[in-house]
Amino acid sequence: MKRLPWYAQWWWVLLLVLWGAPPVHAQSPQDASFLSALGELREATYSDKASIVQRLSQSGHPSVRAVLTAFLEDRLYFRNSDQKVYIVKSAEGDNLHLIDPLSLKDAGSAPADSLTQIGTNNALRRELRVTVARFALSSPEAATRLAAARELLRSLDDASVALLRERLGVETNSSVKKEIRTGLALAALDSQDAKARLEAIAILKQSVSQDVRNRLAPLLDKSPSGTFVESDEKVRRAAASAVETIDYWRSFYSGIQTLFFGLSLGSVLVLIAIGLAITFGVMGVINMAHGELMMLGAYTTYAVQVAMPGHIGISILAAIPAAFIVAGLTGVLMERTIIRFLYGRPLETLLATFGVSLILQQAVRSIFSALNRSVVTPDWMSGSLRLNDALEVTYNRLYVVIFTLMVFSLILVVLKRTRIGLEIRAVAQNRAMAKAMGIRTEWVDAMTFGLGSGVAGMAGVALSQLTNVGPNLGQSYIIDSFMVVVFGGVGNLWGSLIGGMSMGIVNELLEPYAGAVLAKIFILVALILFIQARPRGMFPQAGRAAEDK
Amino acid sequence: MFRLWSGIPGGDRGGAWFLTLLAATAIAVPVLNLLVPSSSAWHLSGYGIALIGKYLSYGMLALSVDLIWGYCGILSLGHAAFFSLGGYAMGMYLMRQIGPRGVYGNPILPDFMVFLNWKSLPWFWYGFNHFLYALAMVALVPALLALVFGWFAFRSRVTGVYFSIITQALTYALMLAFFRNNMGFGGNNGFTDFKDILGFDLHSDGTHVVLLVVTAAALAASYLACRAVVGSRAGRVIRAIRDAESRTRFLGYPVESFKLWLFVFSGMIAGIAGALYVPQIGIINPSEFAPINSIEAVIWVAVGGRGTLYGAIAGAVLVNYAKTYLTGAFPEVWLYALGALFVLVTVFLPRGIIGLMPLARKDNRQTDGDECSDDQAAVHARTDGA
Amino acid sequence: MNVRNKRLYLEDLTVSFDGFKALNNLTLYVEPGELLCVIGPNGAGKTTMMDVITGKTRPDSGTAWFGDDYNLLEMSEAEIVAAGIGRKFQKPAVFEQLTVFENLELAWTGSRSFLKTLRARITAAQQERIDEVLDMTGLSGQRGSLAGILSHGQKQWLEIGMLLMQNPELLLVDEPVAGMTPHEIEHTVELLLSLEGEHSIVVVEHDMSFVRSIARRVTVLHEGQVIAEGNMDKVQNDSRVIEVYLGV
Repeated sequence: MKRLPWYAQWWWVLLLVLWGAPPVHAQSPQDASFLSALGELREATYSDKASIVQRLSQSGHPSVRAVLTAFLEDRLYFRNSDQKVYIVKSAEGDNLHLIDPLSLKDAGSAPADSLTQIGTNNALRRELRVTVARFALSSPEAATRLAAARELLRSLDDASVALLRERLGVETNSSVKKEIRTGLALAALDSQDAKARLEAIAILKQSVSQDVRNRLAPLLDKSPSGTFVESDEKVRRAAASAVETIDYWRSFYSGIQTLFFGLSLGSVLVLIAIGLAITFGVMGVINMAHGELMMLGAYTTYAVQVAMPGHIGISILAAIPAAFIVAGLTGVLMERTIIRFLYGRPLETLLATFGVSLILQQAVRSIFSALNRSVVTPDWMSGSLRLNDALEVTYNRLYVVIFTLMVFSLILVVLKRTRIGLEIRAVAQNRAMAKAMGIRTEWVDAMTFGLGSGVAGMAGVALSQLTNVGPNLGQSYIIDSFMVVVFGGVGNLWGSLIGGMSMGIVNELLEPYAGAVLAKIFILVALILFIQARPRGMFPQAGRAAEDK
Repeated sequence: MFRLWSGIPGGDRGGAWFLTLLAATAIAVPVLNLLVPSSSAWHLSGYGIALIGKYLSYGMLALSVDLIWGYCGILSLGHAAFFSLGGYAMGMYLMRQIGPRGVYGNPILPDFMVFLNWKSLPWFWYGFNHFLYALAMVALVPALLALVFGWFAFRSRVTGVYFSIITQALTYALMLAFFRNNMGFGGNNGFTDFKDILGFDLHSDGTHVVLLVVTAAALAASYLACRAVVGSRAGRVIRAIRDAESRTRFLGYPVESFKLWLFVFSGMIAGIAGALYVPQIGIINPSEFAPINSIEAVIWVAVGGRGTLYGAIAGAVLVNYAKTYLTGAFPEVWLYALGALFVLVTVFLPRGIIGLMPLARKDNRQTDGDECSDDQAAVHARTDGA
Repeated sequence: MNVRNKRLYLEDLTVSFDGFKALNNLTLYVEPGELLCVIGPNGAGKTTMMDVITGKTRPDSGTAWFGDDYNLLEMSEAEIVAAGIGRKFQKPAVFEQLTVFENLELAWTGSRSFLKTLRARITAAQQERIDEVLDMTGLSGQRGSLAGILSHGQKQWLEIGMLLMQNPELLLVDEPVAGMTPHEIEHTVELLLSLEGEHSIVVVEHDMSFVRSIARRVTVLHEGQVIAEGNMDKVQNDSRVIEVYLGV
C-alpha cells in the first residue's frame, strides 16, 4: 500500500484536536478503556496485539485512527519510567517529540533511550494496514480513498465488504467507485448463489488487474478428486471468457508498456547517435571517444548536483547546458589537437579517438574514483503515472523521451535554419566549394565536432537519470550507438531518430523472451544481415558522401 | 612450393633479421632455463618463459592483423575473437585432460559442469579429448567464423569504417555469449586449472620450454607463409585491392573472393596463436573477447609498422613488454600510456617504428599514398553503381 | 546503310538520372579497327555512353551489342571486360604502390582466381608481352619504379599499357591527354595511332588539336544524341556543331 503522505494523516489529527477533544484531565469511561487497551499493547504477544487492535478499532474512540496509524509506522512508544504510551511525532537528533494518544496534543519531548518502541511484525502490520484503510475509506481525498479501497480488497472480510458497500453508495469519484465495485465483485465470487457469481464475473471482466485474474483462474481448475472447483457450468464459461478478456487486455497494455520502455531506451540511443551522425556524416570522422563524451556529460550532472545540493530540482536543468559545454569543449579540443591532422584517414581517426577514449576513462577514474556515482532524480521527475494495473509510465523515462524529441528538433532547426547550420551542410557536401566561397572550413569543422560532442554530453545528462554513472558508461553504449548510425544511415538525422527508436523497441521486445544478452546478439546479427541489403543504412545520404575529402 | 624471397625488391632483410632473432630466442630460452642454475642471475624462470611465450603468440596475432590490414586495408577490430576461439578450443582439450583430477572428481565432466548440475557432456564437447581433433578445431572454428562473417560482409561490399564497426560488434556479441554460464564454456570463469597437455605436466618448466619453442616455430612458419602469400601475384592483387579496389575489380579480379581467402587465412593464424597462448598462460575466459583486446592488437601493428609483417611482430613484443612493465610498476599510468600511444602513433608515426629504420625503408618502398583512397573509391563505386 | 559487321552497335540508348536525360535515343556504330573520336560539350553524355558500354550503368531503353555475339546489357562488368572491352578512365588509376612491371603483370589476362594467382609465376610469354607493351608505351626505363612516382603523362601511358595487356578488341579512352605536356601529347598520338587497325578505339577528348591529329572519323554528341558525324573538317563546319559549341 502506498504510504500516505504525512499531511494526509496529520490532517486528521488536527481535525480531532480542533474538534475539541475533551479537556485533557477529564476522562470518560470510553477514554479509560481506550487507555487501558493501549497499556495492554505494551507487553502483549503479537497475536494478542492483533486482537487488541481489533478491539480498539471497534471502540469508536476518536483517537483510534491516529494511534493505529502511528502503530503501523512504528511510532508508538511507551515511556520506561511510567509505562505511559505515547505517539512519536518526529525525531530531532536524540530527542523524540511526543504526542498524547488520548488528546492528540503535544506532550513535550524525551530522549530516545527513555522510550521503548511497541513492536510490530508483518502479520500485525497487515492487520493494521487494513484497519487504517477502513478509516481512510472516508477520507476527503480521492487518492487516499482509492488506496484504502485497494488495501481492503487485498484482505476482504465481511466487515470490509459491508464498509465498501456502504461507501459505494456515497462515493462520487469514478476510479474509487470502480475499485470498490471490483472489490465487491471479488467478494461475491464466494457467494453460494450462482447468479450472484455470474454477475460478479461480468463486473470483473472489465478489470485488468493481476489480482482479479488470479482469483478467476482457479475457478476453471479441477479439484484433486476430479470435479470442477466451480460447479455451475455457465459460471465456468463466463469465468473462462473473463480470463481470456483480461489476458488480452493485459497483454495489450503490457505491449504499450514495452513500447514505452523501448522508446525511452531508444531515446538515449538517439541522443547518442545524433552526435555521431553529425560528426561522421559531416566530417567522415568516426569518434570512438563519443561514449566518453557522453560519460563526461553524466559526470557533469553529478558535479552540478554536488555543487548545488539544496536545489536538486533545478540541478538537472542547470546540468543540461553545463554538460553541453563541457562535452562540446572537449570535442573542440580533440578536433583541434588531433583529428584535424588525420582528415582523409578515417581508420586512423578511429584509432586515435580510441586512444582519447582510454585517456578520458582513466582521467575520470583518477578524478572521481572508479566506483559508480549515483545521480539523484529530482522530485518533479520521479514517480510514475499508473494508468492501470498493467501500464505504468515512469516520469523519468517520459521526460527523457520528451527531452530527446526536443533536442532532435533543436538540432534540426540549427542545421536547417541557422547560418552555422548552412555552413556545416555546405562543408559536408562539398568542402572545396565551400572553401572557395569563403567559408572557414577549419572553424566549421571545429564547431561541427563541438556540436556533435555537446549533444553527446546532453545524452549523458539523460542517461544519468536512468542508470548509474561510472567510468565505463560510455563503453556500454558506444557499440549500440554505432549500430544505430549504421542502421539509420550515416549523416542522416531522421535515420538516427528512427533507427534509434526502433532498435530500442526491438531490444525491449526481445528481452523478455531471450534475455538481455541474446537480444543484443540477435540485434547484432540482424544488423549484419541488414547491411547486406542496404550497405549504407536505411536513409543513405544522396549524392557524394562526406567520405570524399 | 612458393618462392620465399620473390616479390620484395631487394630481398627481405628485415625478415631475415627477424627470423634470426626468433631462432636465437628459441635457443636461448631452453638454455637459460634448463641449463643455467636457478641461483644465477641469468636464469630464466618459468614465469619468464610463459611471458615470452605470451609475447610470441601475441606476435602471431599481430601478424594476422597486419596481413589483412597492412596489405589489404581491411581493419578488423575484432580479431581477438578468432584468437579467443582458438584458445577456447585448446582450453576444451585441456579441460578434458583434467579428467578425474578435478575438484569434483568427475572423469568426464569438467568441474563447472558438475557445479551446474549437468548430467552429460554437451555434443560440442565430444572429440575434444583427442589432441588431433582439438588441433583441427583450433584451426577450423575461427576459419569457419571468418568465412561466414566475411562472406556476408564482403559480399555486400561493406568496407572501411563500417566493416571495422561490425567486427567490433561481432567480438562484443561473442563476449556476451561466452559470459553466459549456460553456454557450456565455463561462463565468466572460463577454463582454468589445467593439469597437463599430451601427458606432459603443465606446471613443469620443461613443458613450458617446449611450448615456447613450438610457439616460436609456429610464429616462424606463419611468418614465412604470410611472406609467401604477400610475395606472390595474389599478394600483389591484394595490395592493389588496398590501393584501388574498384580498379582491381575492373581488371576482372574477384575482389571479394581474395578478401575472403585472406580473411579466413588470417583468422586461422589468429586461432592457432590463441591455442598456443592458452597452455602457457594457464587460463582462458570470456574477457579475451573484449573489444579492447582486438583494438590493442591493432595498435601493436601500428606501432611496429604495418605492411611489413615483421614490424607487426616487433610492435606486439614491444608494446606488451611496455605493458608488463607499466602495469607492474605504475599501474595507473598504463591506460594513459596506451591511449597516448594510439594518438601519437597515428598522428606522428603512420609507418610505425619500422618506418624509421632505413633498412626497412628500402625493403618496403612505399609512396605516401592516401590510405583511404580506396574507401572513397569504393563508396564512389557504390554510389554510381547501377 | 547496311548496319552490319560493326565492332560496336549502340542503338536508341536512353538513360535518365532523376528525370535528366543523359542519353537520348543515342545511336552510334564503331567499325572494326577504326579510331573514332567522340567530342561534345560537357554533359553531352560521353561518359554515360561509356558507362553503358562497360556495364557500369544500365540504360532505360535501347540496345548495345559488342560484335554480333555479345549483348552488353545482359553482361556483368567483369564479363564485359573478359569479352574484350577495355576502358581507360579520366583519372589515371594505376596501382601506385606497385611497380610499373607489377602493374602490367596484374593487367595480364590470366587466371583471376586466388589459388591460381598464389602459385603463379611469370612465364616467358608474359615477360615478352610486358616488355613489348613497355616498349610501345615508352616506359621501358621505368620498369622497376613504383607507379606512384611516375609523371602524370607516364601514368596515363601505363594505364593504356595495362589495357593493352588484356589485348582488348575495343578500347574506350576517356580524355587521355588532359593535363599532358605537348611533348607527352605527341607521344600519346603516336601510341594511339600505332594501335589502330589491330584494335578498335573510341577516344573521348576536348583538346581539338589532339583530335585533329588522330581522328579519321569524329562523332559529335550533344544532350545525349549524335548531332554530327564525319571527318574533322566536315564536323567543324557543321552549323549545328558551331551553334552548340558557341551557343549562338
